Amino acid sequence: MSAPDFAGLRRLTPARVRLDAAARPMPLSALLAFQEDHAAARDAIHAAPDMAALAERLAPRPCLLVESRAVDRATYLRRPDLGRQLADGADLPRLDCPLALVICDGLSAPAVMAQVPGVVAALSERLPLLADQPVVLVHGGRVAIGDPIGAALGAQMVLVLIGERPGLSVADSLGAYLTLNPRPGLRDSARNCVSNIHLRGGLTHEAAADRLAWLVAEAQRIGATGVLLKDESGQPGQLT
Amino acid sequence: MTYRATARGESFRFDDLVAVMAAASPERSGDQLAGIAAESALQRVAARRVLMDLPLAEFLNNALVPYETDEVTRLIIDGHDRAAFAAVASMTVGELRDWLLSPAADAASLAKLAPGLTPEMVAAVSKLMRNQDLIRVARKVEVITAFRNTIGGRGTLATRLQPNHPADDPRGIAVSVLDGLLQGAGDAVIGINPASDNIANCHSLLVALDDMRQTFAIPTQSCVLTHVTNALTLLERGAPVDLIFQSVAGTQAANDGFGVSLDILAEAYDAGLAAARGTVGQNCMYFETGQGAALSSDAHHGVDQQTLEVRAYAVARAFHPLLVNTVVGFIGPEYLYDGKQITRAGLEDHFCGKLLGLPMGVDVCYTNHVEADQDDMDNLATLLAQAGVSFVITVPGADDVMLGYQSLAFEDITYLREVTGLRPAPEFARWLAEFGLAGQGTRALPDPAAMARRMGLSA
Repeated sequence: MSAPDFAGLRRLTPARVRLDAAARPMPLSALLAFQEDHAAARDAIHAAPDMAALAERLAPRPCLLVESRAVDRATYLRRPDLGRQLADGADLPRLDCPLALVICDGLSAPAVMAQVPGVVAALSERLPLLADQPVVLVHGGRVAIGDPIGAALGAQMVLVLIGERPGLSVADSLGAYLTLNPRPGLRDSARNCVSNIHLRGGLTHEAAADRLAWLVAEAQRIGATGVLLKDESGQPGQLT
Repeated sequence: MTYRATARGESFRFDDLVAVMAAASPERSGDQLAGIAAESALQRVAARRVLMDLPLAEFLNNALVPYETDEVTRLIIDGHDRAAFAAVASMTVGELRDWLLSPAADAASLAKLAPGLTPEMVAAVSKLMRNQDLIRVARKVEVITAFRNTIGGRGTLATRLQPNHPADDPRGIAVSVLDGLLQGAGDAVIGINPASDNIANCHSLLVALDDMRQTFAIPTQSCVLTHVTNALTLLERGAPVDLIFQSVAGTQAANDGFGVSLDILAEAYDAGLAAARGTVGQNCMYFETGQGAALSSDAHHGVDQQTLEVRAYAVARAFHPLLVNTVVGFIGPEYLYDGKQITRAGLEDHFCGKLLGLPMGVDVCYTNHVEADQDDMDNLATLLAQAGVSFVITVPGADDVMLGYQSLAFEDITYLREVTGLRPAPEFARWLAEFGLAGQGTRALPDPAAMARRMGLSA
């Protein structure tokens, strides 16, 4: 009996289905494709961010470079608490601004390099309050490092753009977290998140900026972020 | 109360039993993150010496998490079976280890002992055991549960077929189910993690799975892994809920973080029993656990993550589940750093669950930011198959495209059954044979394309 042609069925899911009626072992080509994807994810996690290059791409907007207490990767992975704290001696100016922009390598420096310039440009078009304000670039940062940074800057709100944990299919996806009245000790339930910002079927830079601009305006209107701020921006491409 | 022991002539003092348990644990990143891990390798050995000589009964008088403020502790202490405990009541933890390895500990005596053991006793003895000891003893335990088939019988290895889809598309899910059935997976449960917990969405997924099961008369159970309160709502609306799922942890505060309490779980269990959808048994609950859950919700009381994990099994045990599995490599490198730590934790979790009388399965898995790869998963899966694991989780091509992590592939269950001779659950094995899906290479599958069409799929 010849094997039935299941090629059409495979298109119904992004899962790695083989539909092998003979139940044979994984073919080598599939195995190597898996290893290729895992390698890309691993490389993305361990890649160092080139903050100087990123600052150049964000010019003429000024950039402030800071580090967390977990700059080397092994420490970063083991100690999320240290990735939420600024290294000793970090020097941030008092800006007393309505919205501060913080950019962290997170778990994917390639995500930051690939998505941040586009997202910041799209945000600048939609949020006049960003004007020519400096952005803070953080090496070794977790989401919550936006809290001490926002507090030091005297920001009413902080928006953290951070590299998300790479999956096998996408290794350069960016996440964005908005927090009102940032200060150390806040829980994640005090933030709003827009995730999956990437160019392989995720949220585009423009769509992400639309949703973030809506969230910023709504947070200012109701005086809250987090569970009290329901995302009803209704942008297409919204993920369930 | 303080405890003391020496190692290489150095004297070590521990302020309380919590500190002894933490220091005696094999090295893992979660205990280091919590700041409770052994400060040196010698201190770890000293802590194990304390445990070796510690009477088991000490755990009944010295609660690691306060009785007054924690309902899991109350469940453990109030539900302790003194008669069953009598067989080991005079033993130290070290003596229990020796007895477990002796021929006197067989399937019958271990089953009889289970209600007499508390999670803390079981966690303590596991800390004195090497990986081979954990395998050797777990293999002797037989825990049988049943719903539409029988899980856990000697010589069997079942699988959860996990056909997740990033948009919950029923046709995409059906393709993954077909992929798994072709490799003989799906006897423990066909269980979807929904991308959206929306009730209507869960309802339609349940109906789709149930239709598929009935169309092909598959002797298995389905589950949409949504919050237990959603399952209650779905049952009230007449949805075909076979298994009621919930993630549970080892402290009241951590369970609170999951939005559950023992009362809510009891309500769900009663509702599942009332639905009476099982045919060969009525074990209707399915629980997931994982080391680090309590620490991640800041609800760990300074207790080491492995002990808290075993306390979660006491929660599960109260509701006679069909299935329990640890999601051992899922929680991240801040709790289990690499393949070595995941392997050890997987064997501990399986051993401890089995010793407490649970139908223990393992999600043999890793995330991309853990120092692990498919070779580590091969090792752990092979060890667990030898240890008699009740079931493992399988996904298409080892890649869960919804949750974004890697588990075992459907092909891996074919491998495990081939090298160990283990078979699927008996009712499911008969069904596979009738469908021409039993055995590899010698198949007489009548018409897979027709099967796909009947599942509502056309190429």
